[in-house]
Amino acid sequence: MALLEIEDLNAWYGASHIIHGLSFAVERGEILALVGRNGAGKTSTIKAVMGLMPKATGRVSFSGRELLPLPAHERYQLGLAYVPEERRIAPGLTVKENLQIGLVSSRASIDEVEAIDEIARSFPRLKERLDQQGTTMSGGEQQMLAIARAMISRPRMILLDEPSEGIMPMLVEEMGTLFRKLRDSGVTLLLVEQNVEWALKLADRAVIIDQGTVVHRASAASLLADAEIQERYCAV
Amino acid sequence: MDLQLIGMQLLSGAVLGAVLVMTALGFTIIFGMLGVVNFAHGALFMVGAYAGVMVAMQTGSFWFALLVAPIAVGAIGLLIERFLIRPLYSRPPDDPILLTFGLGYVLVEGVRIVFGNDGIPFSTPSALVGVVNLGIGYFPIYRLFVIGVVALILVLLWLGLEKTRFGLIVRAGARDPQIMRVLGVDMRRLWFLVFGLGIGLTALGGVLAAPMRNVSPEMGSIVLAEAFVVTVIGGLGSIAGAVVAGILVGLVVSMTSLFAPEMATISMFALMALVLLIRPQGLFGRASI
Repeated sequence: MALLEIEDLNAWYGASHIIHGLSFAVERGEILALVGRNGAGKTSTIKAVMGLMPKATGRVSFSGRELLPLPAHERYQLGLAYVPEERRIAPGLTVKENLQIGLVSSRASIDEVEAIDEIARSFPRLKERLDQQGTTMSGGEQQMLAIARAMISRPRMILLDEPSEGIMPMLVEEMGTLFRKLRDSGVTLLLVEQNVEWALKLADRAVIIDQGTVVHRASAASLLADAEIQERYCAV
Repeated sequence: MDLQLIGMQLLSGAVLGAVLVMTALGFTIIFGMLGVVNFAHGALFMVGAYAGVMVAMQTGSFWFALLVAPIAVGAIGLLIERFLIRPLYSRPPDDPILLTFGLGYVLVEGVRIVFGNDGIPFSTPSALVGVVNLGIGYFPIYRLFVIGVVALILVLLWLGLEKTRFGLIVRAGARDPQIMRVLGVDMRRLWFLVFGLGIGLTALGGVLAAPMRNVSPEMGSIVLAEAFVVTVIGGLGSIAGAVVAGILVGLVVSMTSLFAPEMATISMFALMALVLLIRPQGLFGRASI
């Protein structure tokens, strides 16, 4: 059984119907790339999974649990973490405090000192800045912090919305290495990306969506080789 | 005009400001976190004063009233959030505002029906009667006590916000409630507690003010206006802003009443206009969200 199963998902923002009967599944321990044009509904899809769309219908199950009836905060407690596109580092809080927020309601009882140590080992850049205000760091560092905040509660799955956006190439490479490591340690990743080539090189499988519905599924390697499909659905 | 008189007047302004801070803190926290402009805030200040007077008269202890009345009125605040405001969160933001606006009138009229139109005199607790020589003049002990209580509450609040998990959630949640939800925090539970806390603080302001002002059903209306002015000057939703702006407004009103008593009330609005011209987001506010 897949870890995350989405079946016939429909979602709305007010009166506008954004997601139209979308279905796909994410297998345990894989990186799935969710790609498509700007406005195809990628962000709305993961927002619906996290409980942030005003209205969503259909079936979304995580590890056998139905998600749609649950409020957003209970979904996190099931082991589902989210790195939003805008990073959303809380202003006025230090890097360390931003990490602590990720722990305040985690499902397992995690030792805070140990968890922050572990994060500091994975993110040397954050380690030096634990007592600095989170929002004073560079965009790339804030992105790392958003990822670290999502990782700290040791979730089973992380949904990432355009993590590479606006970040210098060196950090993007670093991020790729981190994602592979996470996958190898058993964490499942759903990666939404505009940087299609990078995402496909990282991912095991890919799902392409267009106008709020799935138009193509393939292994990441075969899609990477298929210039025509990429051109048709992913070109800006 | 001699310096001693100015010094005494500054101290009076600090007392006025201290009471203002108690009211404005709850007002700004509730606005920052719940997005609700609580128009019943002044009425709940008044209810706090009445609750203090009643408890003190029944038990004969001002100290007991100082402790129990804010807790009791804070509990009323919890009920208001749970049963009146919570059902309106999914509605347009005007709805909770209209509700608190109406609730303010209901509370004032309710108190009027039970206790009458006239104010209730409330004497200073016997242990705090009298004046103390500060070297620049004689100052009422009770007023110094008010400054002390407010300072103590501010220290406790600061410790609670900076050193506890609950405080961390409040600080982060005031700025970005949505991210807290996807990090597993039930914001509704937080809003409930924050509303109760904010109402408890304004009620404490009411009890503290009772021996210094006439306790009457109308006493809250000016307080609401003051809380609003302080919140705007300090920056909407800013806790530090409410403290600094509260003291500042107290000092400005107090000094104006020394030199031009008829301008005293207008002076705080003038200060607000000035701040808005120079720094529209308020002293401690952020430029945008």
